[in-house]
Amino acid sequence: MSLVFAGVCSHAPGITGRAARADARVRDTFYAKLGELRERLEAAKPDALIVVAAEHFANFFMNNMPAYCMGMADSYEGPIEDEEWLAIKRNRVPGNADLSRRLIQALLSDIDVAYAEEWKFDHGIMVPLHFLTPRYDLPVIPVNVNCQGPPLTPLKRAYEFGRVLRRACDAQPERIALVGTGGISHWPATPDSGTINEAWDREFLARFLANDAKALTSYTDEETLRDAGQGGFEIRTFLTVAGATEGATGELLFYAPIPIFAVGCTVATMAVKQGRGRPASHKIV
Amino acid sequence: MALTACRRLGYDGTMSLYYVQKLLYQLNRDPLVRKRFESDKRALLDEYELNVEERAAIEAGDVGLLYVMGVNGQILMHYAALLGQPWDVYIAAMRDGVRKHGPVRAGLYSMLKDRR
Repeated sequence: MSLVFAGVCSHAPGITGRAARADARVRDTFYAKLGELRERLEAAKPDALIVVAAEHFANFFMNNMPAYCMGMADSYEGPIEDEEWLAIKRNRVPGNADLSRRLIQALLSDIDVAYAEEWKFDHGIMVPLHFLTPRYDLPVIPVNVNCQGPPLTPLKRAYEFGRVLRRACDAQPERIALVGTGGISHWPATPDSGTINEAWDREFLARFLANDAKALTSYTDEETLRDAGQGGFEIRTFLTVAGATEGATGELLFYAPIPIFAVGCTVATMAVKQGRGRPASHKIV
Repeated sequence: MALTACRRLGYDGTMSLYYVQKLLYQLNRDPLVRKRFESDKRALLDEYELNVEERAAIEAGDVGLLYVMGVNGQILMHYAALLGQPWDVYIAAMRDGVRKHGPVRAGLYSMLKDRR
């Protein structure tokens, strides 16, 4: 059918692993908004969910690091992390290798995406799934955008990847949902963990919700590193969602810095315009 | 892979950072590598090009020193979880590492400004 849903959310491991240490009122509101995101996702009746994530060396390493990779398996497993540490039980997550294969073939017309028939999910995918598909009953197609090990794909390419991903989705008979997960500003896994640049986050979210491609792609990595930390590189996942919903705008369901979760916790949706007859673009940036 | 004499002596430290990270990456994701780490650590470490300081840091589970060496924090965070380090202990270990050994020497994290 086409893309039927698009959203974004945070994925920091503290969201589940350090739940007891957060301010209960803010945490519970955040969880409720993640629940609302799940309800909206379910209402769209998707056949599969693409999760665009920024994995953290669970599958890809500097011996062979793809800028973009899509999973192509009938099942996945996760989390790789200690179950108690993340407070998520290890599970088998259904995939859809046939749909993945068709999407990858379509993507390859415009972008050299890698594929992986084996993929172990880390917190970057498992935390969103814990809230969005808690019964693990919706086929998931993982996508990774390398946001951890520079050199990184340019922001314009991350946005363009979203545009071509949309075209690939719209060419399939299935109803497909898309969730991006990453950022926004944070300094995870450093002594500065818990630092959050709320002003930077809110400016970024304004650009994202307006789907202002020019403003979204204007950050340099040097600026992002300085103002949003190395975790800020994960905005690429948001840009991919923005590219996939080009021309539409978003709705912010929740944003609040929760330092013990080490991130400004975010939940948002992007409108998905149907049947626009978007012409194929062969613009390579 | 064979260790070179200079690596054994601890020279050329930044060049083998790649192998420190590779070992930790494989430990984090592969139960068989974890089993070997527990049962036959010496033989496992022999397979990686590690200098003396790196090898000692891994043998001791010295998260602070590994952070200062430039191990990517995401790899290190999973490793600390694998070691069973509570969150506050893990964060404190990185801070202590910087205090004791100086700023991060290599990699992406050496470019971060101290925000505290």
